[in-house]
Amino acid sequence: MRRAFGRRTDRRWLAGVLVTALALGVAACGGDDSGGGTDVAQAGPNGVDDGSELTLWTRAPLEKQAKLLVDAYNAGHQNKVKLTVVPNDDYVAKVGAAAGSGGLPDLFAADIVYVPNWVNQGLFQDLSANINGLSFKDSINKGHLAAGTVDGKAHVLPFVLDLSMLFWNKKLFKEAGLDPEKAPTTLAEYAADAKAVQAMKKSGVYGTAAGLNCGGCLVFTWFPAIWASGGEVLSADGKESKLGDETAQKVYSTWQDLWKSGAVLPSSEGETGPTWTAAFTEGKVGLMLYPATLLSSTPFDVGVAGIPGPSGGASTFVGGDGIGVSKDSKKAAQAWNFLSWMMSEQAQVEVLAKDKDVVSRADLANNKYAAADPRLVTINEVAGKGDTPVALNFQQAFNAPNSPWLTLVRNQVLKAGGDLQKDNGEITAVLKQ
Amino acid sequence: MSTNAWPRNRQALLGWLYATPTAVFVVALFVVPLLLVIKMSVSRWPLLSGDQGINAPDNFEKAIDHRFFIDSVVFTVKYTVLATVLLLVLGLGLALLVQESSRWNNLLRASFLIPSALGLASASLLFYVFYSPYASPLAPLMKSWGFTFLGSPTAALVSTTFLIVWRYAGFYMVLMLVGLQGIPADVFEAARSDGATRWQTFRKVTLPLLRPTLALTTVLCVTGSLLAFEQFYILTKGGPDNSTITVVQLIYMVAFQGQNDLGVAAAISVIVLVALVVVNALQLRAFRSERS
Repeated sequence: MRRAFGRRTDRRWLAGVLVTALALGVAACGGDDSGGGTDVAQAGPNGVDDGSELTLWTRAPLEKQAKLLVDAYNAGHQNKVKLTVVPNDDYVAKVGAAAGSGGLPDLFAADIVYVPNWVNQGLFQDLSANINGLSFKDSINKGHLAAGTVDGKAHVLPFVLDLSMLFWNKKLFKEAGLDPEKAPTTLAEYAADAKAVQAMKKSGVYGTAAGLNCGGCLVFTWFPAIWASGGEVLSADGKESKLGDETAQKVYSTWQDLWKSGAVLPSSEGETGPTWTAAFTEGKVGLMLYPATLLSSTPFDVGVAGIPGPSGGASTFVGGDGIGVSKDSKKAAQAWNFLSWMMSEQAQVEVLAKDKDVVSRADLANNKYAAADPRLVTINEVAGKGDTPVALNFQQAFNAPNSPWLTLVRNQVLKAGGDLQKDNGEITAVLKQ
Repeated sequence: MSTNAWPRNRQALLGWLYATPTAVFVVALFVVPLLLVIKMSVSRWPLLSGDQGINAPDNFEKAIDHRFFIDSVVFTVKYTVLATVLLLVLGLGLALLVQESSRWNNLLRASFLIPSALGLASASLLFYVFYSPYASPLAPLMKSWGFTFLGSPTAALVSTTFLIVWRYAGFYMVLMLVGLQGIPADVFEAARSDGATRWQTFRKVTLPLLRPTLALTTVLCVTGSLLAFEQFYILTKGGPDNSTITVVQLIYMVAFQGQNDLGVAAAISVIVLVALVVVNALQLRAFRSERS
């Protein structure tokens, strides 16, 4: 009995106190690594392709695009990239532990909203000389480049762009008596369409859905509604939240009304992210603010439009992941070879665009695959009107499961109350830390 | 063990030899991490940039001022009381039920114990699906009642406690059963021949003689519940609306989900460790003094 007691307590201990100690154990082993190996700045425009093995980490939501890119690269180069896909929720912890121990992979992607912080912490090598050498530098997505630029030095290139768009299920629209070819142009029309789909009272079918317990999903889908009507979400320096302003209030009240009317998928209330798009993908939701990367894996006929604001307009969250060479990479010149290939027309058009993904170079937006699918043209057009918010403490303020942003939204939408300015003040307090 | 055959110092050497593997593991897996956590708790130590030098006692101030610190302590205590009472009462009840031999004995024992064979994380995942208003077999029921298992703070607490009771009741049953079987049968016989009723026997004979087992199970259960993590991490993620954040979850959040500050996380860990030592010491003392 005594033995059982000791073992059990130890195990709890491991789960508890040692959560931090384990990370530390790894962290304590390294520390004095500072790049070394080949210097990325002297790698030349295309880097080195000498049969090295490169490691690359990315998070699970972008697994499909990452695999396509890596497979295409490996097929045509001597260098071989080994891809590791990490579950979304564990990614920061994994990168953090590796960063502390000098064990980062050669290349790693980061959610673009975390990039400013991670670049600031020195996790990426300076790529400005290489990026400035690219002839098409000015057409690379500006939001992603800006997020990775500190003191005028660019560290990060766009890996996969993920835009939030308004998707609607054409079949359900037709059944509900709506025009399946016409997107709602304001948030109020969006709500009306959702209610119309709901009014069919079809079993298991709902008007709309959202990740109401998922800070990242809400940032991704609701910020554009504010931008579309000319509102702001953050001050320019990323230290002050403007999510208590009038445009934002209209967004909350529209969703509050939708929630009360019962036109929102009920499991949205507790949805923390892993399955926030599942119901739409299964054809059970009329319309939804949805990630454009899922266009190719949505198996039925959908319409795509920019996200409308309370007074019309259209915008999008230019999300996705940026990628750079890690501070610990000893094969920076080889890693640059992958990055420069990734930005090439070959990779952008024949890999990404072919998979119906958004290209990260504006000069390639009108490619042959986009021309064949008008929805891609729409996505590329809206991409130009989109935005990427930049703030150092973005994760803690918005994406974290206990973030003040989540508290604000849930108070406004689900509880129809709460002190908006106080909740907004909490976000600002975290941003200022 | 026969001791005379061995010279004393040789026996001592052998003793050390036997103890060495355990000692090595204790030092490597317990003492060293413990010292590192203590060092971390007095250092500025961001997740992404590593050790930045001593800054005591900033981390402890930040830990106590954290906006979820008080909430998480209150919730953890609430959960601990609920889980401990339920598990001990149920464990004892089940043990009494299967103690007396009957035809269904083995079947009952096995069915109570089977959930213990499942890891807590796997059990939590199982219940995650079971409670999901989307994928659960109970989804139609939830829809017609307008109720979700994890939708409100109280429902989330009760649902998670149910999982824990399901998972651990069998384990505590076994512990209680061992205790019950350690009570000599003649004591019961004496009570019976004195004309004691079943209830009197339970109150005056079984419970007092079960005290060491009760002490063990209480300490186990309280410690385990105060360190609750997996079930809440998987089922509720601290939600809905930050109502189910346990202390260990707070440690994880501070370390890896946003604040990314290992120093503050280690400070909370040290606070929890001290609290646990105090709580366990008090419990053991309480049981001992009542006994004497």
